[in-house]
Amino acid sequence: MNMAIKDLPREECYLPGSAACPGCPATMALRIVFKAIGKKMVMIVPACCTAVIESLHPKTSFNIPTMNIAFEAAAAGASGVEAGLRKQGREDITVVAWAGDGGTYDIGIQALSGALERNTNFIYICYNNQIYSNTGIQRSGATPYAAWTTTTVGGKTEFRKEMGEIIQAHHIPYAAQACIAYPEDLFKKIQKAKSIKGPKYIEIMAPCPPGWRFGMEKTVEMGTMAVETGAWALYEYENEKVTFNGKSKLILDGKIERKPIEDWIKYQGRFRHLFIPKKDVKRLKEIEEHVDKIWERYRACYL
Amino acid sequence: MGYLMHEMLHWAALARLPVIMCNINRVIGPGWNIWADENDSISQRDTGWLQFYCSSNQEIFDTIIQAFKLGEHEKVSLPVMISYNAFILSHTSMPVYVPDQKDVDNFVKKRIPKWKLEVENPITFGNIILPHEYELVRKEMQESQENALKLIPEIAKEWKKKFGRFHGDLLEFYKCEGAEYILLSMGAIGAESKVAIDNLQKEGYKIGLARVRVIRPFPIEEIVKLGKKADLIVIDRNISVGMEGALFSEVKSSLYGKTDAEVHGFIAGLGGKDVTFGDIETICKKAVKGKTKDHQIWYGLEEV
Repeated sequence: MNMAIKDLPREECYLPGSAACPGCPATMALRIVFKAIGKKMVMIVPACCTAVIESLHPKTSFNIPTMNIAFEAAAAGASGVEAGLRKQGREDITVVAWAGDGGTYDIGIQALSGALERNTNFIYICYNNQIYSNTGIQRSGATPYAAWTTTTVGGKTEFRKEMGEIIQAHHIPYAAQACIAYPEDLFKKIQKAKSIKGPKYIEIMAPCPPGWRFGMEKTVEMGTMAVETGAWALYEYENEKVTFNGKSKLILDGKIERKPIEDWIKYQGRFRHLFIPKKDVKRLKEIEEHVDKIWERYRACYL
Repeated sequence: MGYLMHEMLHWAALARLPVIMCNINRVIGPGWNIWADENDSISQRDTGWLQFYCSSNQEIFDTIIQAFKLGEHEKVSLPVMISYNAFILSHTSMPVYVPDQKDVDNFVKKRIPKWKLEVENPITFGNIILPHEYELVRKEMQESQENALKLIPEIAKEWKKKFGRFHGDLLEFYKCEGAEYILLSMGAIGAESKVAIDNLQKEGYKIGLARVRVIRPFPIEEIVKLGKKADLIVIDRNISVGMEGALFSEVKSSLYGKTDAEVHGFIAGLGGKDVTFGDIETICKKAVKGKTKDHQIWYGLEEV
C-alpha cells in the first residue's frame, strides 16, 4: 500500500519549542515515530541528544510519558517499564526505548542484548547519527571509516560495526533499518513493529548537520544519498527472513547501480581531509571497496 | 555489587524510587575473593540509599518487610539497601519465621506512587534541570533521610507489636546499662559481639554493645547519647582507603564538640577474615588499656 506524508495522522506529540538544532534528524524521526505509535506509548531515553531536545524541566516537548535513564540502561529501563505495565494489565501501551548509536552500539549493547534475549515486548529504536553528538562529536562504534570526529582527528582508522547483523543474531520477531529521508517507509516499519509481540529493533539513519559538517538544509538529502550510495541499506528482518526495501532493494537486485560513495561524502566536512589539500585516492578506494564487500555479502545472504 | 551498579544506585535515589535491594557484602577484586567485606556497600553510602546492616537471617527477613514500609513512605520515598555479610549469613541456613501474606500486606499497605508513567497524563521524568532546582533535589533527599531517622524506630516498634520480634531500631543495644565502654559493630561481627560482651562482663569488664543497624541515615543523636555516658570502641569491616574505617570516622564526626568520649577504632575482618568472639574480646581489652585513643588499629596486623 502506498501512502504519502499527507496521509499521516495529524496529531503531533512532538511539540514546538524543543531544544534541537536546526535541521536535526532526530526530531524528524520522533515526529514520525509518535505518529505511527500514537499516544498510547511510554518512551525511555538514555543519555543522547534527545535528553536535551526534550527541553528544560519543568517543560517538555514530548506529549507522551517519557523517562530519562542512564546511558547504559535504555533497554533495561524499558524492560522494567514493560514489566510494570504488564503487571497493571496495560499491555495496550507500547514501550519504546529511544537511543542514539553511542547508547546502542557501545554503551547500551549489553542491556539491549539482554532485553532481546529475554523476549521483552518492546520496540528499541536507535537513531544513528554515527557519532556521540550530544557530547560534542566523538567517535562511536557506528562512525564510518576515515570520518573526522573530535577523537579521530585525521579520520577514523576502523570500519563501523554491523549492528543490524548483531541484532539478527538474536533471532527476534522483527527488525528493520530505515532512514529519515524516507518517512513513509519509516512510518510503516514502526507500525508493523507495534503490531508484533516480543522484542523489535529499528535503526534509523540520521545525518547530523553539526556532527557531519554539512548545511542544515541538507539533512534529508544526506539521508537519501546514504541509501543511494549503499552506505546505508533499508531492509526488514521478519521471521528469520531479510527483505530489502525501496532503493536498497533495487541495488540488491542489480536493477540500479549504487552511486559512488564520493557523491555522499563530498558534501560532509567530516570527510574534507580526503579531498583537501589533495585527493586521498587510497582511502577513498578503501571506503568504496568496503561498501562493495558489504553488498556482496548482502547478495550472498539475502538475494 | 557497587562496582557494576554505582551510577544506577544514584539514579534510583535521585528518581526517588523506593527500590528495596538486598546486598550480600562481598570483596571487590582484584584479587578474587568471595568472602565478607563491607567495602562494597560502605563505598555506596553517598548515593542516597538508606542502608541497613543485618546480623541474622530473621533480621534480614523482617527488615526487608519493614524497608518496604519505610522506603515507600511519602516522607521518605527513597531506595533501601539491606546488607548482610557474605557466607556467614548468605550461605548458611537458620530457621526463619515467615508470617502470613495477609498480615504482611496489612502492615506494609498498598503503595500510592506520587508520580507515574501514564499515557493519560504524560510527564517527562528526569530531563534537564538547572543548578538551583538540582540543589533543591539534593536538599529534599537529605530531609527525607532525616525523616527516616524518626520513622525507622516507629516502624520497628509497630513490627514488634504486630509480629513480636525486635532487632533494634537505628541501633540494637545489648547489656549497655552501667557500661563504661560501648562497643559499636555491624553485621555478622555485631552478632558475634554479643558473645564477647557476655564473656567480658563475666570477667568484670563494664562493656556493652550498640550494634549499628543503620548507617544511612546516620544515627548521630544516638551516638552522642552513648558518647555522653561511655567511651566508644568501633570495629569496621571496611576501610575508606586514605582515611580510616567509615564507622570510626562517622562516630567521631558525630561526637565532635559534643562529648569528651574517647573513641577507639579497629579494622577487622576484611576479605572475609574470621572475627570470632575471642578476637572481639581481645579488641575490647586493648581499647580498655587505652592505647588506641582516636586512632585506628589494624587488628591482627599491628601490635598495640
